[in-house]
Amino acid sequence: MKLTLFRGGVHPPGFKEQSASQGIENAPLPARLYVPLQQHLGAPAQAIVRRGQQVLKGELIGRASGPISAAVHAPTSGTVVAIGKHTAPHPSGLPIETVVIEADGNDTWCELHPCDTPFDLDPDAIAAKVGEAGIVGLGGATFPSAVKLKLKNRNPIHTLIINGGECEPYLTCDDRLMREESVAIVEGVRLMLRALEAQRALVVIEDNKPEAFAAMHAAAEAVSEVEVVQVPSLYPMGSEKQMIETVLGQEVPAGGMSSDLGVVVHNVGTAFAVHRAVRFGEPLIERITTVAGSAIVKPRNLRVRLGTPVEALFAYCGGIKGEPARLLMGGPMMGQVLPNMQVPVVKGSSGILALTAQEVNEQSTANCIRCSRCVRACPVGLVPLEMAGRIRVGDFKGAEAWGLRDCLSCASCSYVCPAHIPLVQFFNHAKGELTARAQADHKAKETRRLAEARSERMERIKAEKAAAAAARKAARAKKAAEEESAAPAGDSETSTEQKETSA
Amino acid sequence: MKSPAAPAPVTAPHAHAPGGVGEIMWTVILALVPALLFGIYMFGWPTLWLVLITLAATLVGEAFALRLVGRPVGPTLGDGSALLTGILLAMTLPPWAPWWVGVVGGLFAILVGKHIFGGLGNNLFNPAMLGRVMLLIAFPLQLTTWPDIAPLHSAAAPSLAESLAITFGGAAIDGVTGASPLGHIKTALTQGIGVSSSAPEVYSFIDGLFGSLRGSLGETSALLVLLGGLWLLYKKVITWEIPVSMLLAVALPATLLHLVDAERYAGPLFHLTTGALMLGAFFIATDMVTSPSSRLGQIVFGAGCGLLVFIIRTWGGFPEGVAFAVLLMNAATPVIDHYTRPRIYGRDRQGKPLNYDSEKEGRS
Amino acid sequence: MYAAIVSLTLMGLILGYGLAQAARWFKVEGNPLVEEIDAMLPGSQCGQCGFPGCSPAAEAIASGAAPVTLCPPGGKALAEALAAKLGVTADLGDMEDAGPKLAVVLPELCTGCTRCFKVCPTDAIIGAPKQLHLVIKDACTGCGKCVESCPSESVVLRPIEATLKSWYWPKPQMNLVEVV
Repeated sequence: MKLTLFRGGVHPPGFKEQSASQGIENAPLPARLYVPLQQHLGAPAQAIVRRGQQVLKGELIGRASGPISAAVHAPTSGTVVAIGKHTAPHPSGLPIETVVIEADGNDTWCELHPCDTPFDLDPDAIAAKVGEAGIVGLGGATFPSAVKLKLKNRNPIHTLIINGGECEPYLTCDDRLMREESVAIVEGVRLMLRALEAQRALVVIEDNKPEAFAAMHAAAEAVSEVEVVQVPSLYPMGSEKQMIETVLGQEVPAGGMSSDLGVVVHNVGTAFAVHRAVRFGEPLIERITTVAGSAIVKPRNLRVRLGTPVEALFAYCGGIKGEPARLLMGGPMMGQVLPNMQVPVVKGSSGILALTAQEVNEQSTANCIRCSRCVRACPVGLVPLEMAGRIRVGDFKGAEAWGLRDCLSCASCSYVCPAHIPLVQFFNHAKGELTARAQADHKAKETRRLAEARSERMERIKAEKAAAAAARKAARAKKAAEEESAAPAGDSETSTEQKETSA
Repeated sequence: MKSPAAPAPVTAPHAHAPGGVGEIMWTVILALVPALLFGIYMFGWPTLWLVLITLAATLVGEAFALRLVGRPVGPTLGDGSALLTGILLAMTLPPWAPWWVGVVGGLFAILVGKHIFGGLGNNLFNPAMLGRVMLLIAFPLQLTTWPDIAPLHSAAAPSLAESLAITFGGAAIDGVTGASPLGHIKTALTQGIGVSSSAPEVYSFIDGLFGSLRGSLGETSALLVLLGGLWLLYKKVITWEIPVSMLLAVALPATLLHLVDAERYAGPLFHLTTGALMLGAFFIATDMVTSPSSRLGQIVFGAGCGLLVFIIRTWGGFPEGVAFAVLLMNAATPVIDHYTRPRIYGRDRQGKPLNYDSEKEGRS
Repeated sequence: MYAAIVSLTLMGLILGYGLAQAARWFKVEGNPLVEEIDAMLPGSQCGQCGFPGCSPAAEAIASGAAPVTLCPPGGKALAEALAAKLGVTADLGDMEDAGPKLAVVLPELCTGCTRCFKVCPTDAIIGAPKQLHLVIKDACTGCGKCVESCPSESVVLRPIEATLKSWYWPKPQMNLVEVV
């Protein structure tokens, strides 16, 4: 297959050897599971359980709300002991609505609805089953998968790309999954193809995972519509847009979606979850997570129930040696710092890393010397040094004019910066600031409209009152003039009063 | 709405490529050392004094400026950027220039060339070249007095005592000076003597390559400077765009005009091996702070530098024009940056989203 | 000598007279800036700035008597827009501390007197007599008029709580100047 590699990119050392040789093991079931109601992009799920309620493994505990949302299920059987705020696995350390389940240890499944002939299901039924199972993009983006499977209604889809890039250093969960579950993944891919009514699927794997490539190739050999493609290892290959550019030679138009090109991208982990959901009726209650980093005694790949506190995983991996410089969820390039060790594993947790200071290589920042390494590293074609310079002095509009909105936050620029400037934080800050200002601006316009409507109404009421008073006066004068006829004018007054109170 | 004031969370990436600003500067300095040492050897003790004084002046200037703005002096001096400015300046001065030339030039380069703009990374012009041009305009005599080659071991070399007199005492050095090759052919042309007869008097390709020609330290051995530059390319400290486009922009018009009129115009090899062209192409124009950031911008910048060098050398009033060319292009850098932004993914060159129906046509 | 003195004096007089006439003829009546600024302000006449409404505030801003950061409901975006309009630099540091606030009705204290929603300039409070009132957050500018009008002190202004949805990365601290 002819590849057109995206420009820029970086080659961070992989460190995948730490965990790549470790087969997937089951992590032990913790005593308590902390299941956040929002583990996906979009609207949070609505809790449908009460405190004290018994739940079975796989039972729905949070219903999807709105068009972009995902269902949440009980990861094991037990009792709901609390529904409330728990620290989210997010660098802000802010709380998130969480269902806490105390495991009864029996791990009893609720009633499942397997399907022995999944390929006889019609496309929408497959998408519906995926939606019911609460499946989201397991590569880390956590976009509800069912929504993406329905994109064919917007634009015909011809190609499904299965992202097995796993370009982040340390992470090997997709690598192991492809090695161990290649047949199931291929079935998941075929189910998604059917749901999308697409003609072909490309499973894209970086060339630093030869075993995974061989396994997937063997599994897909007999399936004509699934092709396994090897691509060079280059960060951020796992980014949807860069992967499409590499294998199809096309760019997703700015502001558009990949489906505009007739392409949909799903992660290999998602394909596996789709297989489990459609064939066995199992909702998404566990995922494969890599626990690695030089501060971990025994790096591993674990099958983890969602809601397991990360502390339990560290304990299972032999604990942490020394003082880790950083605890992360996700990979080192785009992963996020964990506020503490009690935060749970969620649907998007591809890795839990404990890195040493040497691995992080954090240094104090220096002045930008305009070396333009960031320009060469940017896979999008931005000029990070110009954008950061503008954001630094508060010129957010200027940064936007230099393409801030097209930034992927892939951190390639920060990675290569010899002055150690936190470029990507500048961009994330500016994106947040611009969004907040746009919202504030919108609100100001709306409240101004409301205020104007109100003052106009007040004027009108005043005018009406004045008119009524005038009418009354006229009537009184008339009455005075014509002693016999009396016309009370109270009616109009009460009606305006009512208007005001009901407004 | 408000970001919490509590300890700011650290941001991705949680890994970083090795190397830093200091490493870049020290690598460039290392690449210059062979040519520097060779130059000192070729021109003897007075040159060593001048180099040391220039370096001292830039370092003192840097320390003073940092103290003035209240920044820590140690780490910033350690990043080598002031030292690099000093070396580049010293390498473009006449080797036997009096001590105060180095002091004035060094201080001017650091204080006016760099710190007035806000220090490292903020200067618009290459500080070393700014220092050199100021000296050339203010002290034209001292800046155009080129001593003969007098290697340290040779009989012509000044003794230690004589060297001190030359550098610090202002001793007359008239007897052993002459014009640089570029100056010589320019003067000869004004007297009606063609390049074909004037150039061989002062220049041969081998001399130009290995550096036994009159000129400043950086102008002597084109080969050593070239090797240093290639090493920088190999270390990925600089990229090919600026040096290649700059050298080509001198060599191509030189070849063309030389073919048209060999008497009036010197050939490309003469241009490439004389003057500070090699130094300029690999070490001065490639100064990251003052050159454009995009690939295309760097090519435009390099070509502009080269073309200006050729124009100044061929038709200008000064025999050599690297410093002027680089400074002029430095001034154009923001404009070049503005017009040579890379095309953004999913957009055309004008910044409009690609139209996916005619996706192929939309690309450029 | 005399020629120079005389000619310079004459020139000074003529040009000075010209300037005086120009000042008279091209005098700008009123300040169009006030209207433009007035259009940019929220228009809720809330009075948080200390002026009795948005138009007086606009006049004060235009004349330079009030800072561009005076309008809490407008927030940073407005302050920046005003600063750009007037060509001044806004010190946004102060605004950060104040932060926008929203009114909240305390259900246990509310008597349903309807006074607060009668004064709300943006109709952001709903309710009926003897019923618990409620603030529509999206329409509230945090002007505080309802707080003043409430007889049972059941309306308070609270800073908007940071949530995962509204949180975003703070500006990086570039510790370039370590020792001052």
